[in-house]
Formats: sequence, structure tokens, C-alpha cells
Amino acid sequence: MAYSYCKVFGKDKVIFATKEDHSTPSTIELPAPEPPQSLITRDGEINWSCPCLGGMATGPCGVEFREAFSCFHYSEADPKGSDCYEAFRTMQDCFQQYPTVYNKSGGDDDEDDALGEVMNADSERNGVKDIDELSGGAGAAAAAAAGQITPQTSSAVSKQE
Amino acid sequence: MSIWSVRCLSQKFSRQAYILANSRNVLSPAHRLPVNGINRTAHNSLYQMVKKRTLEARTKLQANKYPNNQACMTVPTTTELENVATATDSCELTIPSRATPSYHESQAQFKVACQQVPAKEVLKSSECREPKIDTCRQPPKDPCEEFNRKRREADFGRGPGGPCGGGGDGGKGEDDSFKLKCLLGMLAALLAGGLIAWLMTRRSKTDEHSEAEDQEASLKRAKLSGLITTPRTSAELPQHVPYLIIGGGTAAFSAFRAIKSNDARAKVLMISNEFRKPYMRPPLSKELWYTPNANDDPIKDYRFKQWTGSERSLYFEPEEFFMDPTKLEDSVNGGIAVAQGFTVKKVDAQKRIVTLNDGYQIGYDECLIATGCSPKNLPMFRDAAPSVREKIMVYRTPDDFDRLRRYALEKRSITIVGNGFIGSELACSLAHYSKENGGGKIYQVFQEKANMSKVLPNYLSRWTMQKMESLGVCVIPDATIRAASRDESNIKLELNNGMTLMSDIVVVCVGCSPNTTIASSSGLEVDRSLGGFVVNAELEARRNLYVAGDASCFYDPLLGRRRVEHHDHSVVSGRLAGENMTGAKKPYTHQSMFWSDLGPEIGYEGIGLVDSSLPTVGVFALPSEADRHADNLTEKRSQEDPYPNDGADGDIYSSDGEPIKCDPDDEPHYGKGVIFYLKNDKIVGILLWNLFNRIGLARTIINQNKKYEDLNEVAKLFEIHA
Repeated sequence: MAYSYCKVFGKDKVIFATKEDHSTPSTIELPAPEPPQSLITRDGEINWSCPCLGGMATGPCGVEFREAFSCFHYSEADPKGSDCYEAFRTMQDCFQQYPTVYNKSGGDDDEDDALGEVMNADSERNGVKDIDELSGGAGAAAAAAAGQITPQTSSAVSKQE
Repeated sequence: MSIWSVRCLSQKFSRQAYILANSRNVLSPAHRLPVNGINRTAHNSLYQMVKKRTLEARTKLQANKYPNNQACMTVPTTTELENVATATDSCELTIPSRATPSYHESQAQFKVACQQVPAKEVLKSSECREPKIDTCRQPPKDPCEEFNRKRREADFGRGPGGPCGGGGDGGKGEDDSFKLKCLLGMLAALLAGGLIAWLMTRRSKTDEHSEAEDQEASLKRAKLSGLITTPRTSAELPQHVPYLIIGGGTAAFSAFRAIKSNDARAKVLMISNEFRKPYMRPPLSKELWYTPNANDDPIKDYRFKQWTGSERSLYFEPEEFFMDPTKLEDSVNGGIAVAQGFTVKKVDAQKRIVTLNDGYQIGYDECLIATGCSPKNLPMFRDAAPSVREKIMVYRTPDDFDRLRRYALEKRSITIVGNGFIGSELACSLAHYSKENGGGKIYQVFQEKANMSKVLPNYLSRWTMQKMESLGVCVIPDATIRAASRDESNIKLELNNGMTLMSDIVVVCVGCSPNTTIASSSGLEVDRSLGGFVVNAELEARRNLYVAGDASCFYDPLLGRRRVEHHDHSVVSGRLAGENMTGAKKPYTHQSMFWSDLGPEIGYEGIGLVDSSLPTVGVFALPSEADRHADNLTEKRSQEDPYPNDGADGDIYSSDGEPIKCDPDDEPHYGKGVIFYLKNDKIVGILLWNLFNRIGLARTIINQNKKYEDLNEVAKLFEIHA
């Protein structure tokens, strides 16, 4: 028979708990945990400190990146971001000057890693199956262009906080 | 241009943004356990120190790294008990201090290992506690080589009180090894010949282009080896910068990230006395040793495999990320420049001027001191003869890694002194490395009773030591070093327990002390007991002057004055300092965490005051009958240790306080659990033992700063059986 029991080694106590013992919900109530940092704040602003950006906002093209992303984020054009061509062009030109920093989509895996981590979270949580397709580019771009980003993000943020 | 091209351009953000949006949408409600490390800013995002520390990841990794693990563990269990007596006897001699009656039984099961090793070898070698896994895991290893080496060690190493028995002959072994040496010699000659031929042909093909490359490469080497500073002279540095960071490590880089995030065009100058760009240290004692990269020396960019299986570099960012220090002042969009190889001798907080060693002065608006700490050495080594000193090293930088790796590659025997994070991690990693490469023996010597004794409660500390022994580390606790001497190739350590230990290199891992030499010249306060620059809760030493990382002795409004030496603390405190340097005025409220891995079976994370001198309550998962049955084969060995000397106060009670009879099968197995560290009955620290992705919950509990009547109820929140 399995049972819970305790051992005492001087000041150190040990409890061995069975699965059954821990199957009832805890009586402890805790406040909400610290919200994780997100890219878009509650007010719909861009959080440049979000670790999810990796080195994007702090790298050698950080300023160009910010301008392009801000333009896209606040764009009211239809389709969204269609008024940001210049900003994206500037950013892209900058990226090309720093291939080892920004050319990570294909060979280098750092970026993919960070992305993969988030993606995994995604698939584990809501069972998105073809996440590869989603993140692979075409799907994501299409979904993003369809205007899903902002509403979803902001609703998620408000729900969370 | 078409809308489509805009779409393509925006793909990069879209991907990230979309995915982020999605994952935010499905965040679990409060206190459901986070399924994934999304809120583990510490390793998974800021520097993409991605370590997906889930059980699956670890299991997968284990399967990769230790393909024979299970087979090894299961085979010997049946014969174990019958051989205990003899094995113990032969081994006791070697390690007299440990053969005390109280320890006798607990030792027995490890000494059993001896019976796995041929008797002669045991008698000769000074390391009788050779774990059985060793022998069953790697049959293809050349036994002669090991045999002879051991004999040599034993011959030299037989100290006054620690003989392992008689000599026995090694004739055949010697013969074989001679042949082997000849073969190796021939092979080496061939290789060298080939190399020369190759070099010559290559030489003949050289054109200006590759010569330029050569020059560049040699310049790079010179820079790395500390011959050339970057820039060449301090005079090329700007005379004034808005943000100045003294130090070029993790805290410094984290601060830069925060500064640049909050001030898009910030110009940041880092002054580092190292000759490298900022890099992270945790993989130096862990992942780098597990990454197959056999022929590189040094490993290119110090790339290593993460838990996820993907690779990354030790460097936070590639070379291109950084700006030339001479161009910082005139840049429009700002950026980060690192002055490499320069040392600061003084900070004038009032005039806001930093003075370099050569007298060059740089003015600043905001300054951060992130000088880190330097590894300590033992006085007896520091004062030893040069011949001894050249066989002694500390361990903190990639250069130290390179050096130690060369010893490991050459299958040398390595002794680690110290039982803390670096020492214990390194011992495990080296034992693994040695096993994979048929390398030399790994010893770990320290004066404490067991591994990680400053962090883990005694019972767990001992259990951990046993696990480490089963990984192949020859752990020698309760031992201090009395003397060190040299023969032509070895260093000989005489221990106070009568043992003599021969090895090719000694790595001293006995902690580090904060770099605060500039304190006195700068009029800054250093904490008398904790060390480090004294700063307030906003990490401010003086106005516009901050300190983060190892060198910061800060005031934690929740847990009091502290100084922390962990990677995540550097990230967290660096970020806070950076934010405050851009005007955030935030106190320290986000508790940093730490993690450590000791081989395939032990991984832990901690937060708050994880100090083994505090009273603790540990709640561990007792496997169900079915699990136990399934586990039995693999776990039996580890379950068999009752720590008889703890038995005196190890009374067993059921959860309602009634003493209960303990089934021998229920010997403690500390597989998974949570340990609460208490101060005035409040939870001030939490250690998660083989439980991953729960640090956010632990942080929430620490932040409550509360007493809990029933800690088992708190433990339930952690779903330790999941």
C-alpha cells in the first residue's frame, strides 16, 4: 500500500506524498502571478522590452525595426500595413548590412528557437496541429494580413490582466 | 509596389506577433501551472537561453546521451547484495575516513561497484568506488590503457594511510599499451605528415586574398589572446558617452538591452577587461561538454546544443551586432560598443567621470558597475611553487574551458576541488565526457560532507553525491588538502584523511569574490559580510551610478540585503539597473531564479533564499505501486540508501503523526519534489527538484511572504506527481 509519510532529519523535514494524497485541490489561494511580458501592452502600445523580440529592437537596425513595426502596428490602412512600404524597405536595407545578425530565418537557429518555444506553447495549449504551417510563413503572413494580430492580442492582454 | 510585397516584408513580425497573440490568448488561468516556459524570461527569451526544461525534453535528451543507461542499471542489481561484504572490505582501506561504522552501510552499495571491476584492478587503483555503470557502459574501451594508467596512479599515489592493497602484475597490459603507443605514434606521424603536405600545397596556392584572411585571423587571435586591445589605444575611445557600463558580462549586456529598449537611440559604451564580446557562462560547466564537436579547438563561437536540440553560441550576439568604439560618438541611431581589454581604476560619481588604468578619462551621464567576480583560489595553491601552480587552474571563462577540454581530450585525470555549483556541475559533465571519450578519471574533493551542501538539505545533498558517484565521479568528501607537489607530469595532492591523489590537473572551484577594487578609489561602500558594492533597492550606489550582477550587494525589500551569484540574477539585476538608468525608478521586486543540472537524473531550479542552513520542509512524490514496480529495476540501486547515520533522528511518522512501519521497499527516493526553505516559519526560498516550468508559481509564493499551516497543501499547487 502506498501512503504518505514523513521523515525528520533534525531541522529538515521530508514528506513523501502519494498521488492520491495530492489528488484533492489545494486549499491555498494565491493572487494572480506576475503577468509575463508581452509584445503589446494593455493599452495597445508596443512593449519594446519584450524578451520575445530577441535582439530585434536593440540590434544595429533597432531604430529601423521600430519604425517599421510601429507603422505596421498602428496602421489603419486596408490591408493593414500597406502604407508602410517605405519603412519596411529601410529596415530591410539595414538588415542586409548585418547578415549574421538578421539572416537567421534559414540557417541560424536562434530565431527559430525563440519562435519554436512560443510555438510549442501554442500547440501544447490549444492543440494547434499544423503549427509549422502557421509559423512557416505563408500561413502566418496570411493570418496576420487578415488582421488577426491586433484584436487577438489586445483581447488576450485584457483577459490576462 | 504591390501589397503582396509589403506582406512579404512584414512576414517576420507577423509571424512573431501572430504567434505571440495566439499564445497570449490561451494563457492558463491564474495558478494553473504554466505548461511551457513562456514566463521564464530568465532563460528562454531574453538571451534565447532556451532550455526547455520539461521532463520530455530531458527524457529525450537522456535517451540520446545515455543510450545504455537502463541496461546498465538493471544488470547488476541481483548480485549486488551478496558481494557487498567483500567489496566493502577491499575498498575501505583506500578511503579510511569514510569507512566509519556509521557510514559503513551507506557506502556499501557504492563500493559494490568494485566487484564489477576486475579484482586486481581494484586492488591497484586508488579509486575503489568505481561505479559499475562505467564498466558495463563501455565495453569497447581499451582496457589496457586504463589499466596501466590506473596502476601508475596507484603506484605513485599510494599515500601513507591509503594503500589499496598489493601490487599485482601489469605485464601484459604494459605490452599492449606499448603496442598501442607505437600504433598511436605511427598514426600521429602519418597525420603530421599529411598535415604538412596539406599545408604546403595550400601554401603554394595562396594568393593575396587568403593572405588578407590570414592576417585578419591572426589579428583576431591576437585580440582574443589579450595582445591587442580594441580599440588599439584608449585615446580612440569617446570622451563622453550617455551610458557607460563597466564590465562586459551578462549583467552588463542585460543592462544594455534594457537601456536600448527604453531609449531607442542610446549610445552605450561597455568597458571590459576581457578580450571577448559579452557571453553567457552557464553552458561552460554544462552544455558545452555535452556537445559533440570533437575536432574544433577552440570550438567555433563556442556553439553548444541546448535542451531543445538546437544550437547556439555562447556569445549573446554575433560580432556584427556591436559597433566600432571609435564610431559610437558620431552614430545617428546609437548602439553598443565594447572597449575590450581596458580596466577602470576609478569612478568619480560627483563629476561623473570614469578613469581608466592608463589615466584616460571618459565622462558619462549614467554609469553601471557590473564588474562581476573572480574565482577564488586556495591559499596553499596560491603560495605553491610555480611547477605546482601550472597544474592548478580556476574555472570561469571560455579559455578555462578550452584548457580543461584539452586535458579531457587527452584523457587526463582531473581533480576538482569544491562542492558547489561549478565544481559539481563540472564533475558531472567531465565524468560524462570522459565516459564518452574513454577518458581519464574524474575526482571531486571537498571538505564538506556531500555535494551542494550550501544549497541542498543534508539528506538531499548526500543523495545527490551518490547519484554523482553513479555517474562516474569519484567523490571524496570530508577531505582537506594538506600538501601539493609535482612529478614530471602529475600533481600530487595529499589529503588529511591519508589519501594521496594523483592527477594531471586540479581545478579549483571554491567560489568567487566580487571585483570591488575600484571601491576605495571611488569612495564607494563595500558590504563587510557579503562583499560587493552596497546599493539600495533601485541598485543605485550614488546618483546616476548603479551596480548589478555578482558585484552588487543590493537591498531586496522582501528578503533583505543580499548578494547573488547566478546567471538569472545578472539578467534580472542588469535589466533593472538599465531601466533605472533610463529613468524607471523601480525597486527590486522581481525575484531572480537559478538552475543547475547534475547528470541525467538531477535538475533543479530555485528561487529566494535557498540556503541549507535554514529549516526546510521537502515534499517528494511517492511513486504509486504501479510506478514503483515499473521503476524498480532502474531505481533499485538508488532507493537502497537508508543513510543509517541519519537514522537516529530519522523517525518515521505517518501524515497524522502516528509512527508507522516502513516497508524496506519504501527507502527514500528523492525523484521529484519541492522543498520549502523557512525563516521565522515563512517561506523564503523554494527549490524545485526535477520539476520544471513552475518557477513562476514559486515566485508568487515567495512574494506572499507568509506562514502556511500545512506546507503539504502548498506543495499540492506544484503538482509534483504530474
